[in-house]
Amino acid sequence: MTPSALALVDVLAAEGGGGDSGFQAPGLGEFYPEVIGSFSVLGVSFEITRITIILWIATLAISALLLAMARNPKIVPGRLQFLGESGYSLVRDGIARDVVGPKGLPFAPFLVALFFFILANNLMSIIPFAQISPMSKFAFPLLLAMICWVIYIVVGIRNQGAGKYFKDILFLPGVPKPMYVLVTPIEILQNFIVRPFTLAVRLFANMFAGHMLLVVFSLGAVYLFQVGNYSVIFGPVSVLMAIVMTFFELLVIFLQAYVFTVLMGTYLNGSIEAEH
Amino acid sequence: MVDTMLTWAAEAEHNPLLPPLGEIIIGLIAFAVVLFVVFKFVAPAFEKAFVARRDAIEGGIERAEAMQAEAKAALEQYRAQLAEARTEAAQIRDAARAEGQQILEELRAQAQEESARIVARGEEQLTAQRQQVVNQLRGEIGALAVDLAGRVVGESLADDARRSGTVDRFLDELDGMSAGTASADGRGGNSAYVPQGDR
Repeated sequence: MTPSALALVDVLAAEGGGGDSGFQAPGLGEFYPEVIGSFSVLGVSFEITRITIILWIATLAISALLLAMARNPKIVPGRLQFLGESGYSLVRDGIARDVVGPKGLPFAPFLVALFFFILANNLMSIIPFAQISPMSKFAFPLLLAMICWVIYIVVGIRNQGAGKYFKDILFLPGVPKPMYVLVTPIEILQNFIVRPFTLAVRLFANMFAGHMLLVVFSLGAVYLFQVGNYSVIFGPVSVLMAIVMTFFELLVIFLQAYVFTVLMGTYLNGSIEAEH
Repeated sequence: MVDTMLTWAAEAEHNPLLPPLGEIIIGLIAFAVVLFVVFKFVAPAFEKAFVARRDAIEGGIERAEAMQAEAKAALEQYRAQLAEARTEAAQIRDAARAEGQQILEELRAQAQEESARIVARGEEQLTAQRQQVVNQLRGEIGALAVDLAGRVVGESLADDARRSGTVDRFLDELDGMSAGTASADGRGGNSAYVPQGDR
């Protein structure tokens, strides 16, 4: 049983019982589903849960879709190829070329993979029966942010040389010397801690909050319908909100995948081109 | 209720911002799969398609440009040939006109020469005939006059030489008179053949 279903049982049980406990709002348990199986490799324990299964479904689905779209490409694209090219070009031209800069095209495949991986996982939050995004588990956005963090630092060192790259970050050019007391700590914090953290938290929080909203309105509707008093008239409002929020979630899904990729693009741009 | 309390207790153990290492590794593997697929298959395929498409479009444009250039060259050639033909035609026309003119001139000159010759011969003939007529008339008039005079006088002049001298003198006088009248009249031409219309 999913945590949402358990919460639903709680809602129903509360009413069936005394009726004095009221509506039990879903909690963090949503994001810690029961462990289906677990194993341990080299002391690291792995748990198989609903969410890891959803992660794999999303991963394999997007891989299969990308392969299908890129299989046997034609000069005049078919419908599927056109879809794939549109997505690929969105990232390649819109981010790798225009945001990262003229030297950004080699990063296009990485950015494309990043975009589609996040998009596929985000989409799981509104796909029926899955209805939770792996990105609402902090582990996955954090992982992606850490990968980005490593990449943009390595690219910066490679393009500008370690000395110049760190010097430019520590001592921002064009700033009066006394100001370094203030600017240098901010810059260090900004480049090495805040950037990856905000990148991860932004995505995680959006998906986390989106899921909570959907669950609250859905369970709330069920509760209002079966509570048995005048509250029934508010039931449809809750249903409507759940539907509206689903569409809002769809927007957030695309937006967050895009924002994550664009921000990575700007960080790469900063690493490739020397600070001005 | 107890269940709910247990759930809350369980939730308290979880900090959403402290992920287990296992999840991170699982995520890494999943992302690596997508990364591999994109790097190995998707990006090369689409890049190839883009290049092929650009080549196709640029090739088409190049072909069109080549055809246009060819057409333009042909047009230029035709124009040059046309201009050449026109100048040639003009030259031929000019030459023909000049030739015609020349022929005309030649013919005219020939005709003039011819007519001049004819006129000259006619005049010559006329002069000769006149001379002949004058001589004949002179002889006849002389004979007639002598004959008449002989009859009037009744005697034949013995000396032919003197006779002819007298006649000649007379005729010369006559001639001189006639010439004087002719010049006074303003009529050029022959003294021997004076028209009588004035009288």
